[in-house]
Amino acid sequence: MSAAALRQHATTGLILGPLLLFVYLPVAVLVLFSFHEGSVPVPPFEGPSLEWYREMLDDERITDATWNSAIVGLLSSALATLLATLAAWGLARHRVPGRRLLEGLLFMPLAVSYLVIGVGLLVAFSAVGIEKSLVAVGIGHVVLNLPLAFAVVYGQFDPEQARLEQAARDLGASEPQVFLRVTVPLLRPAILGAFLLSLTFSWDEFVVAFLLSAFDPTLPVVIWGMLRTGLNPQTNAAGTLVFLVSVVAGIVFELAVWRRGRRERLG
Amino acid sequence: MGVTAVMAGSAESASRGRDARKGLALAAPALLWTLAFFALPSGAIAVWSLFRREGAELVTTPGLDNYRRFLDQESFRLGLLNSVEVTLTVTVLAVLLAFPLAHAIATRIRPERQRLWLMAAVLPFWTSYVVRSYAWLLVLAPEGVVNGTLMTLGLIEEPLALSFNRGATITGFVHFSVMLCTLTIYASLVRIDPKLGLAAADLGANRWQVFTRITLPLAAPGIAAGAFLTIVITIGDYITPQILGGNTELLMPQIILLQINRRADIPMAAALSMILMLMVTIAYLALARWLTGRRR
Repeated sequence: MSAAALRQHATTGLILGPLLLFVYLPVAVLVLFSFHEGSVPVPPFEGPSLEWYREMLDDERITDATWNSAIVGLLSSALATLLATLAAWGLARHRVPGRRLLEGLLFMPLAVSYLVIGVGLLVAFSAVGIEKSLVAVGIGHVVLNLPLAFAVVYGQFDPEQARLEQAARDLGASEPQVFLRVTVPLLRPAILGAFLLSLTFSWDEFVVAFLLSAFDPTLPVVIWGMLRTGLNPQTNAAGTLVFLVSVVAGIVFELAVWRRGRRERLG
Repeated sequence: MGVTAVMAGSAESASRGRDARKGLALAAPALLWTLAFFALPSGAIAVWSLFRREGAELVTTPGLDNYRRFLDQESFRLGLLNSVEVTLTVTVLAVLLAFPLAHAIATRIRPERQRLWLMAAVLPFWTSYVVRSYAWLLVLAPEGVVNGTLMTLGLIEEPLALSFNRGATITGFVHFSVMLCTLTIYASLVRIDPKLGLAAADLGANRWQVFTRITLPLAAPGIAAGAFLTIVITIGDYITPQILGGNTELLMPQIILLQINRRADIPMAAALSMILMLMVTIAYLALARWLTGRRR
């Protein structure tokens, strides 16, 4: 390696190293001390031990909340993705008057803090008599995730795809064939991506779930309750579980979008 | 123009109308959902902010009492000031840290590996914000990793006050926002044609000029998008200041939840939410203006 290339690598490392340390430090500490043997997750590290994971699995608050989070996450993400895909289809493939305005309305919740959306739903639901419940939380999560899912799927309905569909038609494909052999395969990564993105955001979401749930809290709300007892390795274990699920969903999301990106470059 | 042309014209406009109706029908569920569960509740906040609570009663005669109370009471004004200060500090720091990270990935890493590096750089982005704040507490607490390490090394005798203050809140926010801004800034940087820089260099521009006259203006949309999302998230987040900030000072979201949980004063919470939305709107207009100003 030449001196110039070496210097180049050293500079890259000097820039990336400290920033990556900053980004990874808290997560590394969280995961490491979930395997801590002692009862306070502070250095020096003792262990490793799976005691706190066992304790966590025995804690009904956590297992119940995990189910609640999973159900709300799966159902609200499925609904958000479905609504978003239909809307993307309608606005991208048909000439709808006032399209810009309708897009603006769909993207609008992105510009409003979760807290304000939660307060709004709290006020509106109590005014019309909808009880605090997991259903209320799910409705809120669809509101939060609809613009994100719409953005992901809408981005895929580009002119390039319309040209490919037209090309298939010109080559004699029937409409169902165009739909099944061209449209769906091209859209699948975007739909999967929208679903996974919604899933992680719902799974991680706190303030709307906190404001709109009563006796059936989601996992972030329960973890929030656990924080009152201060630093505790069981909280580390629960946090690591939450992180792991999000990261897996996040990586699959990235890969889905990534594959799409690579195909675009090749195509 | 013959009759056939007119007929063809009206047939075309009829099919166009059918097409528009089809498109609207497909978009309708999402639009209705957004109207019912986002636009209406937002309107409800605006209406409720004009009500007021007297004892346990909800007085529904509209008035500006809550807004007057906001201006009169120092604790409310201070909450807004704290929130604005923290949000601006976080946004500036996040952009300043994210830019070199995004720039290094976009220019110093081979193109086919960039995606992987970007994924690695923002992996902790996928942590729940409750968990992320708790994780920072593990690092910054008096007996936490940083203080523990420094004390073991004998560099300090007493733990440093790293947690339960504004610095800790800002650290937690910056951590998340750096990853967010890295994504948006990278997206702008990677689209810049490297030939532009080479052409400028050929025409005699030095590296600093290439950076300020080409890279920075073309990265501006990514910077603005990242900054705006950072502002929306930071000014509205309750968890990070509540976990990391201690009770030394309150930010707006903490004051809003105090109204809801402790005082059951929904109208005041609604008025404070309106003020929060106003702040975000101002930030949006300022950033939009900055962008169009740059383009000219």
